[in-house]
Amino acid sequence: MLINTTNLNISYDYPFHFNGGLALFFRQKTLNPKSDFHSSKALCQRSSMAIFGAMIARAYSSAATRSLRVCVVGSGPAGFYTAEKMLKAHEEAEVDIIDRLPTPFGLVRSGVAPDHPETKIVINQFSRVAHNERCSFFGNVSLGSSISLSELRQIYHVVVLAYGAESDRVLGIPGEDLSGVHSAREFVWWYNGHPDFNQFSPDLKNTDTAIVLGQGNVALDVARILLRPPAELATTDIASHALAALRESSIRKVYLVGRRGPAQAACTAKELREILAIKHLYVNIKQADLQITSADEEEMKSNRIRRRVFDLLSKASSSNQTRPSSGQRELHFTFFRKPDKFLESNDKSGHVACVNFEKTALKGSAGSGNQIAAGTGEYEDLKCGLVLKSIGYKSIPVDGLPFDHSKGVVPNIGGRVLSSRDVDQLEDGLYVCGWLKRGPTGIIATNLYDAEETVGSISEDLKKRGPTSKFASPKPGREGLLQLLENRNIQVVTFSDWEKIDSEERRHGSLSGKPREKLTNWKYLLELTTK
Amino acid sequence: MLISKISRLGAQTFKGLSKAPLRIGPKRPFSFVLQNQYLEPLNYKFFSTTATGNSQGNEENQKISVTFFDKDGEQEIKVPVGMSMLEAAHENDIELEGACEGSLACSTCHVVVMDVEQYNKLEDPTDEENDMLDLAFGLTETSRLGCQVIAKPELDGLRLALPAATRNFAVDGFKPKPH
Repeated sequence: MLINTTNLNISYDYPFHFNGGLALFFRQKTLNPKSDFHSSKALCQRSSMAIFGAMIARAYSSAATRSLRVCVVGSGPAGFYTAEKMLKAHEEAEVDIIDRLPTPFGLVRSGVAPDHPETKIVINQFSRVAHNERCSFFGNVSLGSSISLSELRQIYHVVVLAYGAESDRVLGIPGEDLSGVHSAREFVWWYNGHPDFNQFSPDLKNTDTAIVLGQGNVALDVARILLRPPAELATTDIASHALAALRESSIRKVYLVGRRGPAQAACTAKELREILAIKHLYVNIKQADLQITSADEEEMKSNRIRRRVFDLLSKASSSNQTRPSSGQRELHFTFFRKPDKFLESNDKSGHVACVNFEKTALKGSAGSGNQIAAGTGEYEDLKCGLVLKSIGYKSIPVDGLPFDHSKGVVPNIGGRVLSSRDVDQLEDGLYVCGWLKRGPTGIIATNLYDAEETVGSISEDLKKRGPTSKFASPKPGREGLLQLLENRNIQVVTFSDWEKIDSEERRHGSLSGKPREKLTNWKYLLELTTK
Repeated sequence: MLISKISRLGAQTFKGLSKAPLRIGPKRPFSFVLQNQYLEPLNYKFFSTTATGNSQGNEENQKISVTFFDKDGEQEIKVPVGMSMLEAAHENDIELEGACEGSLACSTCHVVVMDVEQYNKLEDPTDEENDMLDLAFGLTETSRLGCQVIAKPELDGLRLALPAATRNFAVDGFKPKPH
């Protein structure tokens, strides 16, 4: 019996998983070595009847414990926490995590700042999940181009989309496409060695001033990377191209600009404390900006983070030196300003030279929620040669996925995807987790509770549908996915392949006193896994 | 052929099974915590110091009783003096997350001290711990990070709640106040 998966004419009568003989018809080189049960080599070695009996027993237990085929799209915190919780809650689940990159861990690898190694320790936990015998990682598999969503849903009982937010919100103001204006995400991907941004080269040499729009943790991250002495970054896993550029950087002054005041700053105390502690840094926070209103006080009363951030800003302001000494690096917190347009340089055509800001004032009482910034009609210019917009990430939809374009999320109830055709209908077997589900906010741990909720919804649905549902009928799962990818000549990167990349990166890093040297070239990353 | 027999038998086995309902719901949850490589050196260090310096009886004296409350119930464990609650939980298979493995970079080992008198016996949290508590889910006035609460004799009888459990507390008469 040969099954042709090219056109996805998959026969469910003889599920691959329980039909050991079928494995012989497949070329198995891409299969996970953990599941040697499927490998033709293992099969040929088993010739005696005793082994035959054992195999049947194994097939039986396999059938009992592995009938729920689950695919998680995205291998960041949301993806791995979902996988972990699915494996815990469902002994019969087999979970495959796919990622478009050849490397796992999403933003833990490409988002968390290089000088935050302790935040990346969670990779140990995710690696243990990946080593679970019921879990597999398949990198270099892109939803939308390697495989479509409808194909995935045919192959798996449950598909959980946790592919995050790979684009940016835009301001929609004049001059936004001038060179020198970048999103903070691009800058972060660049210094974190994301393979899509190894050619990105922000100009850090022709200006002494950078403006960061936004005052959240990402804004503080990029400001800190620009201001920290490069020698301190040299011992981190920062991409070598970024370290070289930062060593030559002429940027001495960074403005962190927020539309609202110090009582509304979006960063956390940890990140703020850290940037304020940079050695020999001149910090400027205007005393006048720290005058708070009763509405501010009301807002802070119910928000411990805001309160502590405000206290830190006040403390930093009062301990200010009056003016920077020559050559000293400077950090300016600029409040109550909203960007109105980016102005082009006279000397360097097409390049940003200045940001025009409108001054703002806060409106709305704290009783009706948070205050918002409203323009006052007063404008001022701030000269710069580099602008990093840190105003939020945005998710990108794929074909066949209901998507709320205004909110940038997939409409869902507790992770269950709502059908776009009928608002009361749910998409069968389709779930979301992480930023794609709730928008681009929160910390790694937020995904823990998020995944708990999504997995809770999945478990409830499975229970509700019971044995007569489509979940009870077999699906090809992992074997179906791998066969399809092989037919399309897509090179799959398994977790053990990733471990080859990992050890190569660590080896490279140790040569230059870094914990790892990230490999940033797609081609090289893929070549390495075939060695 | 043998192979085809295997296939047929495998398929029959499956056909029989497919009539049985799917097994759903939590089964014997597996745990990563006991394999926590990062914590091993710490444990080793602890046990090696007690083993060299104390007799068997003293060692017993140096353990305190701690009760963890989670959404499924409570579990009393003996914790050697000097060990953090995060390590102790992991040694006893209690599902307390520890994403950063005790390096004060996350808030996942958040616990709620259930008695104010016990809470007051603890050293005040450092700024760094407070920075992480800022981000903890379901923060209360007696919240701490499990990795920062170290067993000492005065804490014998300590009662700690995992935040997930605090959702059920209203029923039991325990109401965590917001911070």
